[in-house]
Amino acid sequence: MNLRRDVFQAISDPTRRAILLLVATQSMGAGAIASNFDTARPTVSKHLQILTECELLKPEQNGREIYYHLNPKKMKEIADFIEPFRKMWDDRFNKLETIMKNYKPKK
Amino acid sequence: MKTKIKAEEGKQELTITREFDLPVELLFKAYEEPGIIEQVMTNPYATAKLLKFEGKKHGSYQIQSKDAKGNIVFSANGTFHEFTPGKKITRTFEMENAPLGVQLEIYEFEKLTDGTSKLSTHIIYESVEVRDKVLKTPFAQGLSMAHDRMQEIMNKLK
Repeated sequence: MNLRRDVFQAISDPTRRAILLLVATQSMGAGAIASNFDTARPTVSKHLQILTECELLKPEQNGREIYYHLNPKKMKEIADFIEPFRKMWDDRFNKLETIMKNYKPKK
Repeated sequence: MKTKIKAEEGKQELTITREFDLPVELLFKAYEEPGIIEQVMTNPYATAKLLKFEGKKHGSYQIQSKDAKGNIVFSANGTFHEFTPGKKITRTFEMENAPLGVQLEIYEFEKLTDGTSKLSTHIIYESVEVRDKVLKTPFAQGLSMAHDRMQEIMNKLK
């Protein structure tokens, strides 16, 4: 499993976005998902694998078939993707504020 | 949430605003005194040092951070186009060895009350793609750090 797969790379592909939209309404089997696309089944499988690797989809064995569920927690992370950037600045500014509160001007 | 980010979709700029519990003069000092700039930029993993700092029009700056082993982990430079104490700084910023180009930064310092102030930082990037890359970097780092930790735990279980 490639743990370093970029989640943005995952959602940059239109087919993968379409898969996420499909699965958002109800969990589906790999076959049912593939039947929605003109692309070859192995290509869809590869997309499902990528989406699973970055945890946007959760696979679940159901009899012979694997069912895919949307992982809402991970989806929320994407919605909040700007938050780590904001936090980085907030931390830096908090530090600046603390330093300046203790600042003693040089005589 | 004291720090606010405004980044509209499809634009190559962003604005960072923050209100401080500091008089505006003291806030500006944090951008004016090399010792304080170094202190703010230093973190538990790397110590920042200003190799050059000329806080004036046509002046330039160069900053470098090294880890405990002395490896350079971050270096950046730029030029000041405006340096008006207590009011405004306009400068360029370029992170060395990073494919992010040169960005234009406009810092506006504003007095709110005697003891509080506001800083608005307007950053303009070379393209929409670069801006989006910059925005995503801490997110991606956070993810990869989480993954690294997970990998460490998995390795221990082996």
